[in-house]
Amino acid sequence: MGSQFWIKVILIASFVVLTLIVVIPRRGARPIAIRRLTMILLLVTAVAAVAFPDWTNSVARLVGVGRGTDLLLYALAVVFVGHTIRARTSQLASEQNVTELARKIALLTAPPHRDHEDGERQD
Amino acid sequence: MTQTFSDTWLIVPLYNEGSVVGGVVREALPHFPNVVCVDDGSSDNSAAVANAAGARVVRHPINLGQGASLQTGLKYALEDPHAKYFVTFDSDGQHRVDDAARMVERLRTEPFDLVIGSRFLGGNVEAGFLKRLVLKTAVLFERLNTGMDLTDTHNGLRALNRHAAQSIRIKQNRMAHGSEILREISRNELRYAEEPVHIVYSDYSRAKGQSIWNSVNILSDLLFG
Repeated sequence: MGSQFWIKVILIASFVVLTLIVVIPRRGARPIAIRRLTMILLLVTAVAAVAFPDWTNSVARLVGVGRGTDLLLYALAVVFVGHTIRARTSQLASEQNVTELARKIALLTAPPHRDHEDGERQD
Repeated sequence: MTQTFSDTWLIVPLYNEGSVVGGVVREALPHFPNVVCVDDGSSDNSAAVANAAGARVVRHPINLGQGASLQTGLKYALEDPHAKYFVTFDSDGQHRVDDAARMVERLRTEPFDLVIGSRFLGGNVEAGFLKRLVLKTAVLFERLNTGMDLTDTHNGLRALNRHAAQSIRIKQNRMAHGSEILREISRNELRYAEEPVHIVYSDYSRAKGQSIWNSVNILSDLLFG
Protein backbone atom coordinates (compact mmCIF):
# COMPACT_ATOMS: atom_id res chain seq x y z
CA MET A 1 0.00 0.00 0.00
CA GLY A 2 1.75 3.10 -1.28
CA SER A 3 1.46 6.52 0.30
CA GLN A 4 -0.90 7.64 -2.43
CA PHE A 5 -3.36 4.82 -1.79
CA TRP A 6 -6.26 6.95 -0.57
CA ILE A 7 -6.15 9.54 -3.33
CA LYS A 8 -6.14 6.72 -5.84
CA VAL A 9 -9.20 5.18 -4.21
CA ILE A 10 -10.98 8.53 -4.18
CA LEU A 11 -10.17 9.36 -7.81
CA ILE A 12 -11.02 5.93 -9.16
CA ALA A 13 -14.27 5.90 -7.18
CA SER A 14 -15.19 9.33 -8.60
CA PHE A 15 -14.65 8.17 -12.16
CA VAL A 16 -16.56 4.95 -11.54
CA VAL A 17 -19.50 6.98 -10.21
CA LEU A 18 -19.36 9.21 -13.31
CA THR A 19 -19.32 6.12 -15.54
CA LEU A 20 -22.36 4.74 -13.73
CA ILE A 21 -24.17 8.02 -14.29
CA VAL A 22 -23.53 7.62 -18.03
CA VAL A 23 -24.48 3.94 -18.17
CA ILE A 24 -27.59 4.18 -15.98
CA PRO A 25 -29.43 7.34 -16.99
CA ARG A 26 -31.98 8.37 -14.40
CA ARG A 27 -34.83 10.77 -14.51
CA GLY A 28 -36.79 12.53 -11.83
CA ALA A 29 -36.16 14.79 -8.88
CA ARG A 30 -33.31 12.92 -7.25
CA PRO A 31 -30.58 13.38 -9.88
CA ILE A 32 -31.43 17.08 -10.18
CA ALA A 33 -31.26 17.48 -6.39
CA ILE A 34 -27.97 15.58 -6.22
CA ARG A 35 -26.56 17.78 -8.97
CA ARG A 36 -27.53 20.94 -7.10
CA LEU A 37 -26.15 19.67 -3.81
CA THR A 38 -22.88 18.76 -5.54
CA MET A 39 -22.73 22.24 -7.02
CA ILE A 40 -23.26 23.88 -3.62
CA LEU A 41 -20.68 21.59 -2.03
CA LEU A 42 -18.26 22.52 -4.79
CA LEU A 43 -18.76 26.24 -4.24
CA VAL A 44 -18.45 25.96 -0.47
CA THR A 45 -15.24 23.98 -0.89
CA ALA A 46 -13.93 26.59 -3.30
CA VAL A 47 -14.64 29.40 -0.83
CA ALA A 48 -13.02 27.40 1.98
CA ALA A 49 -9.97 26.68 -0.17
CA VAL A 50 -9.54 30.38 -0.90
CA ALA A 51 -10.15 31.53 2.68
CA PHE A 52 -8.02 28.86 4.34
CA PRO A 53 -5.35 27.70 1.88
CA ASP A 54 -3.68 25.65 4.62
CA TRP A 55 -6.70 23.37 4.73
CA THR A 56 -6.08 22.08 1.24
CA ASN A 57 -2.56 21.15 2.28
CA SER A 58 -3.75 19.28 5.35
CA VAL A 59 -6.46 17.45 3.40
CA ALA A 60 -3.92 16.65 0.71
CA ARG A 61 -1.51 15.11 3.19
CA LEU A 62 -4.39 13.20 4.76
CA VAL A 63 -5.16 11.38 1.50
CA GLY A 64 -1.51 10.93 0.56
CA VAL A 65 -0.97 13.82 -1.83
CA GLY A 66 2.08 16.01 -1.32
CA ARG A 67 0.63 19.48 -1.82
CA GLY A 68 -2.81 21.13 -1.75
CA THR A 69 -2.24 22.42 -5.30
CA ASP A 70 -1.96 18.87 -6.59
CA LEU A 71 -5.16 17.93 -4.80
CA LEU A 72 -6.93 20.87 -6.44
CA LEU A 73 -5.67 19.73 -9.84
CA TYR A 74 -7.05 16.24 -9.28
CA ALA A 75 -10.37 17.65 -8.13
CA LEU A 76 -10.45 19.86 -11.21
CA ALA A 77 -9.95 16.83 -13.44
CA VAL A 78 -12.90 15.03 -11.85
CA VAL A 79 -15.13 18.10 -12.08
CA PHE A 80 -14.12 18.64 -15.70
CA VAL A 81 -14.95 15.09 -16.75
CA GLY A 82 -18.26 15.29 -14.89
CA HIS A 83 -19.10 18.56 -16.58
CA THR A 84 -18.21 17.18 -20.03
CA ILE A 85 -20.52 14.22 -19.53
CA ARG A 86 -23.31 16.48 -18.32
CA ALA A 87 -22.89 18.83 -21.29
CA ARG A 88 -22.95 15.94 -23.74
CA THR A 89 -26.11 14.46 -22.24
CA SER A 90 -28.00 17.71 -22.34
CA GLN A 91 -26.78 18.38 -25.88
CA LEU A 92 -28.13 15.03 -27.04
CA ALA A 93 -31.45 15.74 -25.35
CA SER A 94 -31.78 19.11 -27.05
CA GLU A 95 -30.81 17.58 -30.41
CA GLN A 96 -33.66 15.14 -29.95
CA ASN A 97 -36.02 18.02 -29.24
CA VAL A 98 -34.88 19.91 -32.33
CA THR A 99 -35.44 16.77 -34.41
CA GLU A 100 -38.99 16.38 -33.14
CA LEU A 101 -39.68 20.02 -33.82
CA ALA A 102 -38.24 19.93 -37.34
CA ARG A 103 -40.17 16.73 -38.10
CA LYS A 104 -43.41 18.39 -36.96
CA ILE A 105 -42.74 21.34 -39.26
CA ALA A 106 -41.85 19.03 -42.16
CA LEU A 107 -45.06 17.05 -41.76
CA LEU A 108 -47.22 20.16 -41.29
CA THR A 109 -45.97 21.56 -44.58
CA ALA A 110 -46.00 18.21 -46.39
CA PRO A 111 -48.01 17.75 -49.59
CA PRO A 112 -51.17 15.59 -49.53
CA HIS A 113 -50.58 11.88 -50.03
CA ARG A 114 -52.60 11.81 -53.26
CA ASP A 115 -53.60 14.35 -55.84
CA HIS A 116 -57.28 13.60 -55.37
CA GLU A 117 -58.06 13.45 -51.70
CA ASP A 118 -61.40 11.74 -52.32
CA GLY A 119 -60.05 8.41 -51.16
CA GLU A 120 -59.63 7.18 -54.72
CA ARG A 121 -56.73 4.83 -55.21
CA GLN A 122 -54.24 5.46 -57.94
CA ASP A 123 -54.61 1.95 -59.27
CA MET B 1 -42.49 -7.19 -63.23
CA THR B 2 -45.72 -5.61 -64.32
CA GLN B 3 -47.83 -4.98 -61.24
CA THR B 4 -48.02 -1.66 -59.44
CA PHE B 5 -47.87 -1.35 -55.68
CA SER B 6 -50.50 1.23 -54.83
CA ASP B 7 -50.57 0.11 -51.19
CA THR B 8 -46.84 0.68 -50.77
CA TRP B 9 -44.79 3.77 -50.03
CA LEU B 10 -41.21 4.12 -51.15
CA ILE B 11 -39.35 6.20 -48.57
CA VAL B 12 -36.34 7.94 -50.03
CA PRO B 13 -34.07 10.02 -47.78
CA LEU B 14 -32.69 12.81 -49.90
CA TYR B 15 -29.64 14.95 -49.30
CA ASN B 16 -27.85 16.74 -52.13
CA GLU B 17 -28.56 14.13 -54.79
CA GLY B 18 -30.04 16.53 -57.35
CA SER B 19 -28.11 14.98 -60.22
CA VAL B 20 -29.45 11.44 -59.73
CA VAL B 21 -32.67 11.54 -57.74
CA GLY B 22 -34.81 12.48 -60.75
CA GLY B 23 -33.86 9.26 -62.55
CA VAL B 24 -34.38 7.18 -59.41
CA VAL B 25 -37.90 8.57 -58.90
CA ARG B 26 -38.89 8.23 -62.57
CA GLU B 27 -37.69 4.64 -62.62
CA ALA B 28 -39.63 3.75 -59.49
CA LEU B 29 -42.96 5.50 -60.17
CA PRO B 30 -44.39 3.09 -62.77
CA HIS B 31 -44.26 0.31 -60.17
CA PHE B 32 -44.43 2.30 -56.96
CA PRO B 33 -46.85 5.19 -57.53
CA ASN B 34 -46.29 6.43 -53.96
CA VAL B 35 -42.81 7.82 -53.51
CA VAL B 36 -41.93 10.21 -50.72
CA CYS B 37 -38.57 11.93 -50.78
CA VAL B 38 -37.54 13.42 -47.45
CA ASP B 39 -35.32 16.33 -48.32
CA ASP B 40 -32.92 16.77 -45.44
CA GLY B 41 -32.12 20.42 -45.94
CA SER B 42 -30.26 19.91 -49.23
CA SER B 43 -28.32 22.89 -50.49
CA ASP B 44 -28.83 21.89 -54.13
CA ASN B 45 -31.99 21.52 -56.22
CA SER B 46 -32.73 17.98 -54.94
CA ALA B 47 -36.22 18.81 -53.66
CA ALA B 48 -37.28 20.54 -56.87
CA VAL B 49 -35.92 17.72 -59.04
CA ALA B 50 -37.67 15.04 -56.97
CA ASN B 51 -40.90 17.02 -57.06
CA ALA B 52 -40.71 17.51 -60.81
CA ALA B 53 -40.08 13.80 -61.26
CA GLY B 54 -43.37 13.09 -59.50
CA ALA B 55 -42.40 12.27 -55.92
CA ARG B 56 -44.05 13.73 -52.84
CA VAL B 57 -41.43 15.86 -51.15
CA VAL B 58 -41.35 16.41 -47.40
CA ARG B 59 -38.74 18.94 -46.38
CA HIS B 60 -36.80 19.12 -43.15
CA PRO B 61 -36.27 22.81 -42.37
CA ILE B 62 -32.71 21.96 -41.27
CA ASN B 63 -30.30 19.10 -41.88
CA LEU B 64 -30.90 16.33 -39.36
CA GLY B 65 -29.32 13.23 -40.86
CA GLN B 66 -30.41 10.15 -42.75
CA GLY B 67 -31.90 8.34 -39.76
CA ALA B 68 -34.13 11.31 -39.00
CA SER B 69 -35.19 11.44 -42.67
CA LEU B 70 -36.22 7.79 -42.62
CA GLN B 71 -38.27 8.33 -39.47
CA THR B 72 -39.98 11.39 -40.97
CA GLY B 73 -40.72 9.50 -44.20
CA LEU B 74 -42.16 6.57 -42.27
CA LYS B 75 -44.32 8.90 -40.23
CA TYR B 76 -45.61 10.66 -43.36
CA ALA B 77 -46.37 7.37 -45.13
CA LEU B 78 -48.08 5.92 -42.05
CA GLU B 79 -50.54 8.82 -42.15
CA ASP B 80 -51.86 7.36 -45.41
CA PRO B 81 -54.61 4.94 -44.34
CA HIS B 82 -54.21 2.95 -47.59
CA ALA B 83 -50.56 2.25 -46.94
CA LYS B 84 -49.78 -1.35 -46.04
CA TYR B 85 -46.12 -1.65 -46.94
CA PHE B 86 -43.16 0.66 -46.60
CA VAL B 87 -39.84 0.40 -48.42
CA THR B 88 -36.71 2.34 -47.49
CA PHE B 89 -34.86 3.14 -50.68
CA ASP B 90 -31.69 5.11 -51.41
CA SER B 91 -31.78 8.24 -53.53
CA ASP B 92 -28.46 7.68 -55.27
CA GLY B 93 -29.47 4.85 -57.60
CA GLN B 94 -27.84 2.05 -55.60
CA HIS B 95 -31.03 0.08 -55.18
CA ARG B 96 -33.05 -1.69 -57.84
CA VAL B 97 -36.80 -1.33 -58.14
CA ASP B 98 -37.39 -5.01 -58.90
CA ASP B 99 -35.54 -6.01 -55.71
CA ALA B 100 -37.91 -3.76 -53.78
CA ALA B 101 -40.92 -5.25 -55.57
CA ARG B 102 -39.82 -8.78 -54.74
CA MET B 103 -39.39 -7.85 -51.09
CA VAL B 104 -42.92 -6.41 -50.85
CA GLU B 105 -44.27 -9.52 -52.56
CA ARG B 106 -42.65 -11.63 -49.87
CA LEU B 107 -44.29 -9.54 -47.14
CA ARG B 108 -47.62 -10.13 -48.86
CA THR B 109 -47.27 -13.88 -49.12
CA GLU B 110 -45.02 -14.87 -46.22
CA PRO B 111 -45.46 -14.33 -42.48
CA PHE B 112 -42.81 -11.63 -41.99
CA ASP B 113 -42.97 -8.12 -40.58
CA LEU B 114 -40.00 -6.98 -42.56
CA VAL B 115 -37.66 -8.12 -45.28
CA ILE B 116 -34.09 -6.86 -45.26
CA GLY B 117 -31.96 -6.65 -48.38
CA SER B 118 -28.65 -8.47 -48.38
CA ARG B 119 -25.78 -8.08 -50.79
CA PHE B 120 -24.15 -11.26 -49.59
CA LEU B 121 -26.96 -13.77 -50.02
CA GLY B 122 -26.95 -13.69 -53.80
CA GLY B 123 -23.18 -13.75 -54.12
CA ASN B 124 -23.52 -10.77 -56.40
CA VAL B 125 -21.07 -8.45 -54.72
CA GLU B 126 -19.18 -5.69 -56.41
CA ALA B 127 -17.35 -4.45 -53.33
CA GLY B 128 -13.62 -4.34 -52.80
CA PHE B 129 -11.74 -6.34 -50.20
CA LEU B 130 -11.59 -3.61 -47.55
CA LYS B 131 -15.27 -2.74 -47.90
CA ARG B 132 -16.14 -6.42 -47.66
CA LEU B 133 -14.02 -6.75 -44.52
CA VAL B 134 -15.71 -3.77 -42.88
CA LEU B 135 -19.17 -5.06 -43.76
CA LYS B 136 -18.37 -8.52 -42.44
CA THR B 137 -17.03 -7.03 -39.21
CA ALA B 138 -20.27 -5.09 -38.88
CA VAL B 139 -22.19 -8.35 -39.26
CA LEU B 140 -20.22 -9.89 -36.42
CA PHE B 141 -20.72 -6.80 -34.25
CA GLU B 142 -24.49 -6.86 -34.82
CA ARG B 143 -24.66 -10.54 -34.07
CA LEU B 144 -23.12 -9.89 -30.67
CA ASN B 145 -25.22 -6.79 -30.15
CA THR B 146 -28.68 -7.97 -31.19
CA GLY B 147 -28.40 -11.72 -31.50
CA MET B 148 -29.69 -11.45 -35.06
CA ASP B 149 -28.20 -13.73 -37.64
CA LEU B 150 -27.91 -11.56 -40.73
CA THR B 151 -25.53 -11.68 -43.66
CA ASP B 152 -25.64 -7.93 -44.35
CA THR B 153 -26.43 -5.49 -41.57
CA HIS B 154 -25.95 -2.18 -43.32
CA ASN B 155 -28.20 -2.40 -46.30
CA GLY B 156 -30.52 0.55 -46.83
CA LEU B 157 -33.08 -1.48 -48.76
CA ARG B 158 -35.77 -2.75 -46.39
CA ALA B 159 -39.45 -3.54 -46.78
CA LEU B 160 -41.72 -3.20 -43.74
CA ASN B 161 -45.34 -3.92 -43.07
CA ARG B 162 -47.48 -1.51 -41.06
CA HIS B 163 -46.79 -3.28 -37.79
CA ALA B 164 -43.02 -3.02 -38.29
CA ALA B 165 -43.20 0.58 -39.49
CA GLN B 166 -45.18 1.54 -36.39
CA SER B 167 -42.96 -0.34 -33.97
CA ILE B 168 -39.59 0.96 -35.10
CA ARG B 169 -38.45 4.26 -33.61
CA ILE B 170 -35.30 5.70 -35.10
CA LYS B 171 -33.64 8.08 -32.68
CA GLN B 172 -30.12 7.99 -34.10
CA ASN B 173 -30.21 10.91 -36.48
CA ARG B 174 -26.88 10.22 -38.11
CA MET B 175 -25.41 7.09 -39.56
CA ALA B 176 -25.92 4.68 -36.68
CA HIS B 177 -29.60 4.25 -37.55
CA GLY B 178 -28.79 1.05 -39.48
CA SER B 179 -27.75 -0.67 -36.27
CA GLU B 180 -30.55 1.01 -34.38
CA ILE B 181 -33.17 -0.43 -36.73
CA LEU B 182 -31.74 -3.90 -36.07
CA ARG B 183 -31.94 -3.32 -32.34
CA GLU B 184 -35.53 -2.16 -32.73
CA ILE B 185 -36.33 -5.30 -34.74
CA SER B 186 -34.92 -7.45 -32.01
CA ARG B 187 -36.52 -5.41 -29.19
CA ASN B 188 -39.97 -5.54 -30.80
CA GLU B 189 -39.53 -9.20 -31.72
CA LEU B 190 -40.42 -8.53 -35.33
CA ARG B 191 -40.38 -11.45 -37.74
CA TYR B 192 -37.79 -10.81 -40.41
CA ALA B 193 -36.21 -12.43 -43.43
CA GLU B 194 -33.35 -11.53 -45.75
CA GLU B 195 -33.69 -11.20 -49.48
CA PRO B 196 -30.71 -11.22 -51.84
CA VAL B 197 -30.44 -7.86 -53.57
CA HIS B 198 -28.02 -6.36 -56.00
CA ILE B 199 -26.36 -3.09 -55.08
CA VAL B 200 -25.35 -1.02 -58.05
CA TYR B 201 -21.99 0.53 -57.28
CA SER B 202 -21.96 3.15 -59.99
CA ASP B 203 -19.11 5.59 -60.50
CA TYR B 204 -21.39 8.12 -58.85
CA SER B 205 -21.99 6.15 -55.67
CA ARG B 206 -18.36 5.08 -55.53
CA ALA B 207 -17.20 8.65 -55.80
CA LYS B 208 -19.30 9.90 -52.90
CA GLY B 209 -19.61 6.51 -51.18
CA GLN B 210 -19.18 5.79 -47.54
CA SER B 211 -15.61 5.95 -46.48
CA ILE B 212 -14.16 3.36 -44.18
CA TRP B 213 -13.78 6.13 -41.58
CA ASN B 214 -17.51 6.22 -41.33
CA SER B 215 -17.58 2.87 -39.58
CA VAL B 216 -15.60 4.48 -36.76
CA ASN B 217 -18.23 7.21 -36.54
CA ILE B 218 -21.06 4.70 -36.55
CA LEU B 219 -19.47 2.72 -33.74
CA SER B 220 -18.88 5.81 -31.63
CA ASP B 221 -22.46 7.01 -32.24
CA LEU B 222 -23.69 3.70 -30.96
CA LEU B 223 -21.47 3.56 -27.91
CA PHE B 224 -21.56 7.18 -26.82
CA GLY B 225 -24.50 8.63 -28.71
